[in-house]
Amino acid sequence: MKLHRIYALSLRHLYLIKGSFPRILDLIYWPTIQIILWGFISQFFTMYSDYYNNTIGVILSCAILYDFLFRSSISFNMLFLEEIWSRNFVNLFVAPLKINEVITALTSTALIRTLIGIIPAIILMSPLFGVSLLKMGPPLFLLFLSLYLFGTTLGLLVTSGLLRYGPAFENTAWSSLFLLAPLGCVYYPLSILPEWLQILAKGLPLVYIFEEARSILVNNVVNYNSIMTALTLNLFYFISAIIIFYLSFYGARKKGTLINMGE
Amino acid sequence: MNKVSIEVKNLKKFYNNSQAVKNINFKINKGSIVGLLGPNGCGKTTTIGMMLGLIKPTSGSVFINGQDIDSEKNRTNLLEKMNFISPYVELPKRLTVEENLKVYGRMYGVNNLGEKINDLMEKLNLIEFKKRKTGELSSGQKNRASLAKALINDPEILLLDEPTASLDPDVGDYIRGYIENFASKKGTTIMLASHNMNEVERLCDEVMMMKNGIIIDKGTSKDLISKHGRKNLEETFLKIVRG
Repeated sequence: MKLHRIYALSLRHLYLIKGSFPRILDLIYWPTIQIILWGFISQFFTMYSDYYNNTIGVILSCAILYDFLFRSSISFNMLFLEEIWSRNFVNLFVAPLKINEVITALTSTALIRTLIGIIPAIILMSPLFGVSLLKMGPPLFLLFLSLYLFGTTLGLLVTSGLLRYGPAFENTAWSSLFLLAPLGCVYYPLSILPEWLQILAKGLPLVYIFEEARSILVNNVVNYNSIMTALTLNLFYFISAIIIFYLSFYGARKKGTLINMGE
Repeated sequence: MNKVSIEVKNLKKFYNNSQAVKNINFKINKGSIVGLLGPNGCGKTTTIGMMLGLIKPTSGSVFINGQDIDSEKNRTNLLEKMNFISPYVELPKRLTVEENLKVYGRMYGVNNLGEKINDLMEKLNLIEFKKRKTGELSSGQKNRASLAKALINDPEILLLDEPTASLDPDVGDYIRGYIENFASKKGTTIMLASHNMNEVERLCDEVMMMKNGIIIDKGTSKDLISKHGRKNLEETFLKIVRG
């Protein structure tokens, strides 16, 4: 793995962000809107729900955590789609880039892209709704890490589909996260789901992340076992997604889709 | 020293049940310019794709400097010494010409990148467009920017897929002259796929004619013209393709 090649691919996307104010605005716009919307919804629930009584920040915090996950995944997909849309895809794959360098560059650039969007939203939470995510303390970092890993995993799976099946797979890039959201128990406890769905949900790291976030915010209790379970599951899915990405790349070479990508 | 730069051995490619490339064999010596001619859909792009390691051959091999490009271990090292240009592939439109060259220069690990970029821009008349977004350039200017990208790593092997397609005669002539000059100075091996017969006649030491996935004839332009009893390469091409 060569650092200069990873940097070059990241630089390509950083130039793109740097060179376009509307693009930066677009990155910030949606998370901010989410925060404002969920801020008011959470104020309403705080007033009318026993479960969320005196815990104004729970829904809002979960909303921002979910948005971080969503942005991580979408950012990864966007970086890849950008190459297809700009018809630059072949240039990249005839350059001496290794697959692990592509993954590293996209993963790190997706994080930068996500943080550009999410940091202003987190900062706004406090003056607008009196909620600070930082109150969750050090476990917050582990929850973010878990969400970022899962977002990247989904990004890797979607881009694997794009590699294998071409731009026709683009719609899946947008819908992938909505499919898993109900099982992630972002805004409600796991017990709400029917039993058979609970079994499925427990196979996802999201449940452990959001249950833990609620536990910290509502009961002030940190359960590192849940955090570790989430991280372990994430690591398993992440490694599996990398393997699938490699297989898709070899599949695309066999099928000849790499040279026609974007047409 | 190995004189052969590219060796294609028993190369075949099937897509589902159709065979795009049918057992082709050829060698290209270092420093020579070889044209690959053929009608649309004859297997040129698939052949180039396999030469770049973008497409996996069904069977057979492509050896670049004696190493099989299909091996993942060799692929990256070999691609460092190669480059490619095609009118169907573009540089990111929202990046300036300079930014694009910086990105690709770093990707290829070019030393003294700033100097290299300035040198290329000067020689390809791109200096005034340095800070211009690539998407805002005319097709001739875009083509020169793509050529600058293709030459950023001083490639030993250059694969050119219709490098002057859709350019006006003046710009096309300029590009051909530049490629000719670059190749003779640097000793670059070039494979040129083109529909422009004058271009092929002017640049290529040897021409391969491809039809239905097979190389049906090869030789110098002069030899092919006289062998088929035609006045020029275009007529020769038409005779071979229609024959």
